[in-house]
Amino acid sequence: MKTYVPPKFMIIRDPARCIQCQICVNQCSFDANYYDIEDSEVRNRDENCVGCHRCMTFCPTRAITITKNPLEYRENYNWRSEDIEDIWKQAESGGVLLTGMGNDKGYPIYWDHLLLNASQVTNPSIDPLREPMELVTYLGKKPDRVRIDRDSFDLETELAPQVKLNLPVMFSAMSYGAVSLNVHKSLAQAATEMGILWNTGEGGLHHSLYKYGNNTIVQVASGRFGVHAQYLNVARVVEIKIGQGAKPGIGGHLPAEKVTAEVALTRMIPRGTDALSPAPQHDIYSIEDLAQLVYALKEATNYTKPISVKIAAVHNSAAIASGMVRAGADIIVLDGLRGATGAAPKVIRDNVGIPIELALASVDTRLRQEGIRNQASLVISGGIRNSGDVIKAIALGADAVNIGTAALIALGCHVCQQCHTGKCAWGICTSNLSLTKRINPEIGARRLSNLLRGWSLEIKDMLGGLGINALESLRGNRLHLRGVGLTDTEAEILGVRMAGS
Amino acid sequence: MKRVLVNEPVCMGCHLCEVYCQLQHSKHEDMVKAFKREPSRPIARLRIEEKEPLFFPLGCQQCEEPYCVNACLTGAITKNSDTGVITTDEEKCIGCWTCILACPFGIIRQDLLRHKSIKCDLCQGLETPTCVANCPNEALTYTTIED
Amino acid sequence: MTHLPKVKYLIIGNSAGGIGAAETIRCADKDGSIAIVSDELYPAYSRPLISEYLAEKCSLGKMLFRPLGFYEALNINTILGKKVIRLDTKIKAVQLDDGTEISWGKLLLATGGIPTIPKVDGLNNTGVFTFTTINDAKEIDQFIKKGHRAVVIGGGLIGVSVTEALVKRGVKVTIVEMKDRILNTILDEELSAMATETIIKHDVRVITKHTLAEVNCLFGTDSVHAVTLDDSRGIPCELVVIAIGVRPRTELASNAGIKVNRGIEIDCFMRTSHPDVYACGDVAEPYDFVYGENRLSPIWPNAYLGGRIAGFNMAGEATEYQGSTTMNSLKYFEMAITSAGVVTPPDDSYEVLSRKYDHSYKKIILKKNGLLAGMVFAGDIEKSGIVFGLMRDRVNVLDFKQALIAENFGFLSLPEELWRQRLKTAFYPQFSKRRLVKTGVL
Repeated sequence: MKTYVPPKFMIIRDPARCIQCQICVNQCSFDANYYDIEDSEVRNRDENCVGCHRCMTFCPTRAITITKNPLEYRENYNWRSEDIEDIWKQAESGGVLLTGMGNDKGYPIYWDHLLLNASQVTNPSIDPLREPMELVTYLGKKPDRVRIDRDSFDLETELAPQVKLNLPVMFSAMSYGAVSLNVHKSLAQAATEMGILWNTGEGGLHHSLYKYGNNTIVQVASGRFGVHAQYLNVARVVEIKIGQGAKPGIGGHLPAEKVTAEVALTRMIPRGTDALSPAPQHDIYSIEDLAQLVYALKEATNYTKPISVKIAAVHNSAAIASGMVRAGADIIVLDGLRGATGAAPKVIRDNVGIPIELALASVDTRLRQEGIRNQASLVISGGIRNSGDVIKAIALGADAVNIGTAALIALGCHVCQQCHTGKCAWGICTSNLSLTKRINPEIGARRLSNLLRGWSLEIKDMLGGLGINALESLRGNRLHLRGVGLTDTEAEILGVRMAGS
Repeated sequence: MKRVLVNEPVCMGCHLCEVYCQLQHSKHEDMVKAFKREPSRPIARLRIEEKEPLFFPLGCQQCEEPYCVNACLTGAITKNSDTGVITTDEEKCIGCWTCILACPFGIIRQDLLRHKSIKCDLCQGLETPTCVANCPNEALTYTTIED
Repeated sequence: MTHLPKVKYLIIGNSAGGIGAAETIRCADKDGSIAIVSDELYPAYSRPLISEYLAEKCSLGKMLFRPLGFYEALNINTILGKKVIRLDTKIKAVQLDDGTEISWGKLLLATGGIPTIPKVDGLNNTGVFTFTTINDAKEIDQFIKKGHRAVVIGGGLIGVSVTEALVKRGVKVTIVEMKDRILNTILDEELSAMATETIIKHDVRVITKHTLAEVNCLFGTDSVHAVTLDDSRGIPCELVVIAIGVRPRTELASNAGIKVNRGIEIDCFMRTSHPDVYACGDVAEPYDFVYGENRLSPIWPNAYLGGRIAGFNMAGEATEYQGSTTMNSLKYFEMAITSAGVVTPPDDSYEVLSRKYDHSYKKIILKKNGLLAGMVFAGDIEKSGIVFGLMRDRVNVLDFKQALIAENFGFLSLPEELWRQRLKTAFYPQFSKRRLVKTGVL
């Protein structure tokens, strides 16, 4: 059947600069660049181009650029080209439209409506190059009160297990199978080097990574992939995944093309079958059930590891979070609307869930109102793009943030949204062994560490500018934020005043 | 002595090492000119051997007991006693191809235009061979080998 | 009668074998005296280059096998232009043609070979040449004029190489070959036919299955003006080049009581029947691993390596020669062919696999046990060394024999364990010890 869907991108090759080296051909995993043997020339199949820029980046003479197909539709505010083409695709396939990465639609980004304070005249700035800045964050249940021995000043109160982070940024859960083993190795190495944590996601933990266990969060998701005794014992934190921001209400989905032998072994499933996680965890149908699982895991790990529970940010996040805390969770993870995924139905990714900024503000407010804010650490994620977003999240009340998309971008991702095909030309979200080589874990870990290093310097700069030298002073301190372009209700939910007031 | 070592698991077969080797051994410094303005395409000294998903950049192994040196009919290929680097004297080479038959790795190339044998010279004159310097995935390293 | 001071290492012959031994000995023994005696007046030169010289491609200086100053730098004494006429193994001395006597500690016979001369009339006339030394090339060079006609007797490597040189000089050549095809020892029927076709395109006439009966001169002169073949056919010409083969110069050895077969008999340490006398190169019979016996191996790389191994052993570093076989590469008339071992199997016990492609031809000959006995690659020869390496190292290729002649054959076509192991042999220290000269196999 002839497809009506036009090419979205065009590969523009400058013949004066092209040396026919065919590197674009060997690097394109979508078969959009090819070599015509008869005419001895490199050519394009624009209909296959997904705009990942791999060919452009690797062309040694910079002969290539990628543009949008300048095809014109008659202007229509309601029927955008994407809507039209989605209908064609469904008319041709009859299936669910899948996509990768996070919500790309024009919903408001509240980070861009929040501004930070700085010290001027009163309460002088602190120079981070001359004074120590405390970015260290401890995740875990904090006690209601502490008792200290009057003579030795030793802490008498027994604390619940705590995890130390050198900076308030961790790597989001990305499952092995959705991303490659080399990506996991990069995340694990960088997390270990920078003193933070990374998350295995719901695909299990490859045995070669057990040595990074001390910096690893292992996830127990609805499919229970790869969950066994050693998996739990090797980890630093065990996380129950109820949902994720990209597809609240439905389970994870790893297409069969990406279930290779190694992935299958780690997940403990048959090779070459779709790995579908059920929508709910079938043993968690109520908050009481959640409490049961939380305590079962605490028993299994001898109460030595914090138990984290991750939910997608949805309408009742505040009430749910309150329940989770009371169910015994040591860490609450909220994943917002912009959270990314390796594969999700496009309509769910783009229409379900709420922005993380609002969820964070409402959860933090509610927990404080109920006097239980100290009983769990609050970690948020979903489209954190830079250190500015991080600081604003802390100010809104988060203990730490998770970065997923940003981490993959550091590794080379161009957010072309083709993760579900398993053909990632950057070698990130694929199981194809020829492609996964493109991520050298040494380089990947270096790039991730560099990103975190840059952000921590920026955070210190901003803290210094605020006149504070410890993150604790900023945490939940919404007075350091002002809003712009917010409605009264938005400002109220975020708990910030308008700039100028 | 220093040799180019291959970290095979991270070679992705992009062939950039070949392209930069070609540039280095051309008469130009600009890549477009090197490939478009010379009478024949410059020849890369190393080649990516492929058997997906395996890629291996195979160049001269600078053998301890070099077969090519022992086979050379004219004495054009010699091994430097200090650096251990094996190079060809293009003036002396008559293109008899005996070294090609002798090399167990098949790394010696024919320059059919000039009728000479071509092999890796570890980019004599450069601090780091250009293949190592330009590998985007750090699959090639220039490492000191203990004798 | 002059008697020179005793030489610790005396080498007779200044070509591949002699140089291989001399420079290796100097590596192993920094002080021991080394002397080379040769009946040719020149420093070691590359014998195969004499056809380049004749074709006027290179000067004498370019033909030197080692750079000027080589002998001085390594402190090697050279006695050039003198012939050794007698070897006495009891008193360990040699006598030169000018009466000089030289005593030696260890002796290497690298005397090489001389052209085989057929028993026909008329070879003493002006215009008849052989083609194995630079002097031969010089004489032909001075003799020929453009437009001359030449008959080359022998369609082997030497015959074809001198033919190419003569064609480049504007001489019209006829090759007369005794067997049914040229290059019959190193090419199979298919490639012989292709080579013949290529040569004919250069206006060379090729006559097979005939021999030379007589060289004829103009009445009253001694200048060649024709040859007569065995079928009484006459071919007019101004010069004749005899290139039917080379026989080893074993007289010194046999006269001294050293065991000689067709060539000088040696063991795996290149030693003759006398413990202090070694032999290498065209004069000796090293072990051929394809034939499984000791036999002549007149191949330049084998001669060099034989000399090198003899050198190690002479200097006291016991090194075994692992065996070699014929190996040749042809570049004449723009062809590119590499061949080694047995190219035409003598009986049905061999398996022959070959494939023909647009621009190349690949053939391997296997013994029933999976070891390579021979190979010949034409056109696409750049990876042929990988196959020869497997042959040389006696690797069993039964499981992947088809891959060896595939069009896209490469190093990774070998089983993974094998190619990884072979990479290690290049420079890992534990494999590099000279003792392990598995590399001594060419």
